Amino acid sequence: MSESPHEPLWEVFIRSRRGLSHNHVGSLHAADAQMALRNARDVFTRRMEGVSIWVVPSASLTASSPEERDPFFDPAADKAYRYPTFYDIPKEVRQL
Amino acid sequence: MTAVAVDPAGVYTLRLADDCLVLSHRLGQWSSRAPTLEEDVALTNIALDLLGQGRAMYARTAELDGTWRSEDAYAYLRDERDFVNCLLVEQENGDFAATIVRQLLYSTYQLEVWRALSDSPDAQVAAIAAKAVKEVIYHLDHATQWTLRLGDGTEESHRRMQTALDHLWPYTAELFESDEVTRDLVERGQAADPERLRAAWDVSVDRVLHDATLERPSASWAPTGGRRGLHTESFGYMVAEMQHLHRAHPGASW
Repeated sequence: MSESPHEPLWEVFIRSRRGLSHNHVGSLHAADAQMALRNARDVFTRRMEGVSIWVVPSASLTASSPEERDPFFDPAADKAYRYPTFYDIPKEVRQL
Repeated sequence: MTAVAVDPAGVYTLRLADDCLVLSHRLGQWSSRAPTLEEDVALTNIALDLLGQGRAMYARTAELDGTWRSEDAYAYLRDERDFVNCLLVEQENGDFAATIVRQLLYSTYQLEVWRALSDSPDAQVAAIAAKAVKEVIYHLDHATQWTLRLGDGTEESHRRMQTALDHLWPYTAELFESDEVTRDLVERGQAADPERLRAAWDVSVDRVLHDATLERPSASWAPTGGRRGLHTESFGYMVAEMQHLHRAHPGASW
């Protein structure tokens, strides 16, 4: 499937059950949002996978790039104090 | 093997079952050939829905006509002249526009039929119809969405849609014919009244055509005969293709 000016790419998000959040399941081509919704229904919910579908134009997504990986994510690696397990719980606090 | 149905109810259910099977097979012919992967899945999904509806109606027909045949016997072991589907569903796929127009015209009709049969005193038919309504609402929506986009799309897509509409329109007259089978069953509440179907169909189709900037063709000739087993030329080839595997290997299974 080549990129077509008439059928842009859409990202599909499906909520599998009430109470859960929508998860990204894949992408597809469609002429507009309504057709994208229907295509998503046909391609991704054939086996009762969902109760709600979102479609978003892929062009509307802003994604971090692989080159930015180090400045974006590495600084978190050595900051153990950002995890709750870093802290000792005072004896007085029993029901945490 | 000829249809030996005594009860007109069995003739009527056979007509609807044959409509489903034949249209299902036509849509199945798009498999791997649709314009896009997404549409390939959409058309074959619809085909499978119709196949399911057809199977259920064959099973009911086997009880009503007293032959207790299997679904396969109806699908694969009858000859062309034994099929009583309407002419519209057997028309060749043509281009994508023709397939969409055929689907729009038939799904609009079929939805009204299933809705009417949801109240049938035949509990089995009523249950099959009630389930089918949900499926056909989606088939009609799919065809409607494409009709709007292609009819009111580019000059080329509009031209193709109008051409398909002009070509297929004459075959819709047959959908609303009355004969002894429907007259008998309408009184018993076991068949959709063709007159009422026509009115609802007109309103629904006219609205979509108008919104799609397509022109409703004027009535011209009205080919008929499908319900009596008289089919158009391409149907024989379709039946041969559909049946050859089963006839070459009787009883074969996956």
